Amino acid sequence: MTPGSRWLCEIRRMPEFLSSTPLPILLAAGLAFYMAWAIGANDVANAMGTSVGSGALTIRGAILVAGVLEFSGAFLAGGHVTDTVRKGILDASAFADDPDLLVYGMLASLAAAGTWLLIASRAGWPVSTTHSIVGAIVGFGAVGVGVDAVAWGKVGAIVASWVTSPLIAGTLAFLVFRVVRRTILDREDPIVRARRIGPAFVFVVVFTLSLVTVFKGLKNVTWLDLGFGQALLVAFGLGVAGAFIGRIILQRVRVPEGDVRQQYRQVESIFAVLQIMTAMAVAFAHGSNDVANAIGPFAAVLKGASADLATKAEVAPWMLAIGGIGIVLGLATYGYRVMETVGKKITELTPSRGFAAELAAALTIVIASRLGIPVSTTHTLVGAVLGVGLARGIGALDLRVVGSIAVSWVVTLPTGAALSVFFFYFFKGLLSD
Amino acid sequence: MSWIQNLFRASPVKPMQEHMRASLACAGKVTELFEAMSSGDRQAISRVRAEIDTLEHEADRIKNEIRANLPGRLLLAMERRDMLEILNAQDDIADTAQDIAGLADQRAMVLPESLRDPMNLLVQRVLAACEQAERVIGALDELVETGFRGREAARVEEMIDSLGRIETETDHLAETVTRKVFELESELGVGTVYWWHMIGWVADLADAAERVGNRLRLLIAS
Repeated sequence: MTPGSRWLCEIRRMPEFLSSTPLPILLAAGLAFYMAWAIGANDVANAMGTSVGSGALTIRGAILVAGVLEFSGAFLAGGHVTDTVRKGILDASAFADDPDLLVYGMLASLAAAGTWLLIASRAGWPVSTTHSIVGAIVGFGAVGVGVDAVAWGKVGAIVASWVTSPLIAGTLAFLVFRVVRRTILDREDPIVRARRIGPAFVFVVVFTLSLVTVFKGLKNVTWLDLGFGQALLVAFGLGVAGAFIGRIILQRVRVPEGDVRQQYRQVESIFAVLQIMTAMAVAFAHGSNDVANAIGPFAAVLKGASADLATKAEVAPWMLAIGGIGIVLGLATYGYRVMETVGKKITELTPSRGFAAELAAALTIVIASRLGIPVSTTHTLVGAVLGVGLARGIGALDLRVVGSIAVSWVVTLPTGAALSVFFFYFFKGLLSD
Repeated sequence: MSWIQNLFRASPVKPMQEHMRASLACAGKVTELFEAMSSGDRQAISRVRAEIDTLEHEADRIKNEIRANLPGRLLLAMERRDMLEILNAQDDIADTAQDIAGLADQRAMVLPESLRDPMNLLVQRVLAACEQAERVIGALDELVETGFRGREAARVEEMIDSLGRIETETDHLAETVTRKVFELESELGVGTVYWWHMIGWVADLADAAERVGNRLRLLIAS
C-alpha cells in the first residue's frame, strides 16, 4: 500500500473513529488544538515581532523561521514542561481512587484557559497562556478535588519562576547589551569588530540550545541518549559549526562605504543577521515551553480516559507533533496579521538591541523548559527588553505595560481557577454516569 | 490582540532634533534681521520679524509635543530631567531670537554705519555657536546607539568643547561692540540703552547654545 492510499483509508475510517472515541478525548483534542492555535496566533507574534520590527526579518521570513523552529522546539524539546503540566502540578495519589476526576479537571482546565484567553485577547489584556493553564489546574485541583490534590511545593516553584524568569532574562539582557556595547559599538572600528565577534555570539546561542536539547532532552529520538559528557561534546561541535556558518554569512554581508555616522547603521545590518539567529532561538524555546499549555492537559485526559487505547509513552511524540502543528497553524492563519501590527510598532528596537533581548530571553526560557518549569515566554521577553532599556539601550519604554502585566497576573490566576472550577462541575455532570 | 507593542514608545530623540532645528532657524533669521537693520528697511525688518514669529511658534509646538509625550512612567535612554533642561535651553534660542526681532521692529532700529562691522561679526559667531549646538544635538541618535560611551561620546564631547570656545569668542566680540556703543553714546542718545540691550540678547543666543552643549555633557557623564 502506498502512503497516499493509506491516508485515504484513514480518512474513510474517520466517522467510525469519531464514534468509537470517547467524548472526553474528542473534547480535549478540540480544546487542546484551540489552545495550540491561540498560542501560535498571539504569542509567536510577540516573540518574533521584535525581529520584524527591527527589519531583520520580513513577515514572510518570520513566519517560515517561526514555523520550522516552533515545531522543532515543541516536538524535540517540549516533553519536559508537558510532563510537569500533566502531572507535576497535581498530586497523583489524590486521583488514584477516581481517575475520572483528573479527566474532568484537565478538560475543565483547557476550557477555562481557552475561555479566559479568548476574553482577554479580545480586550487586549496582557494575559499568559501559561499562567491561565496553571491557574486552572490548581483551581480544579484545590476546589473540585481537595486542597491536598495540589502539589503546592511545585506550584510555589512555578509561580516563583514567573518572577525570577523575567528578572534573570532582564539581567542577562543587560549584561549581553553591555558586552555588545563594549566589544563592538564603542570601538573605533565597529564594523570589523562586529564581523569578528559575531561568530562568538552565534557559538553561545547554538551551544546552549544544543546542550539543553541534546542532554536527555531528545525524548522522541530514542536511539540518541547521551550522557552529560557526550552532550557537551555534541553541543560544542554544533556550536563551532554554527559559529563557522555565522562567520561565512557575516563576511558576506555587504557593507557600503560611508562616513562615521553611517557606520552604526552598517553595524546594525550585521546585527540583523545575528538577530535572525536569536529569533530562531526564541522560536525554538517558545515551542519547547508553550506546547505544554495545550498538550499537557490533553495528554492527561487521553491517559485517564482511554484504558483501551493504552498509550505506552507518557507523552507520545505524536501529541507534541499535534501541538506543534496547532501552533504553526495559528501562526499561518492569524499570527502573520498580529506580526504585521507588532512589527510596525516596534521599530524602536534596532537589531543590536533586539539581539541582546532575544538572546537573553531564549537562554532563560530554554533552560527553564529543560528544568520542566512552565514560564511565560512573553513576560520573559518583556523582562529582557527592560534589561536593555535599563542599560540605556532603548529610546523610550512604557513602564505602564509592566504594571498591567502585574495586574493581569493577579487577575489571571483566580479567574482561571474559578472558570476551571465551574467547568469541572459542568463536565462532571455532563460526563459521569 | 497583541500588547507587547505597547511597551515601546517613540524615542524623543527625533523630536528633540526637530526642535533644535526649528530654534536654529529662528537664530538664522537674526542675520537677515541685521541686514535689514543695516539698510534701514523698516518693511524688511517687519517681514523678518513675522517670519521669526512663525518659526518660533513652530518650535513651541514641537516643544509642547515633546513635553506632552514625556510622562514619568517612561524608561528613557536619557535622563528625563536632563532632557527637559536641554529642551529649555533650545527653547531659549528661539525665544531670544523672537525678543531681538520684536525690539528691532517696534523701535524700527537702524544699525549705525560704525557699528555694522563689529555687530555683524558678533551675529555671525553667535550663529556659529547655535549651528554647533545643532550639530551636537544632531549626534544624539548616535549617542543613544552607542549608549553614551566610547568613541562617539568622545567625538561629541570634543564638539561641545569647540562650542564652548565659540561662546567665549562671542563674549569678547560682545564686549567690543558694547564699548563701541558707549563710545557713540552722544550720537545714539537714548538709543544707547536699546543697543546695549540688543547686544545682550544677541550674546544670550550663544549662551543658550552653550547651555545645550553643557547639559548634554552632563547627560553623557551620568
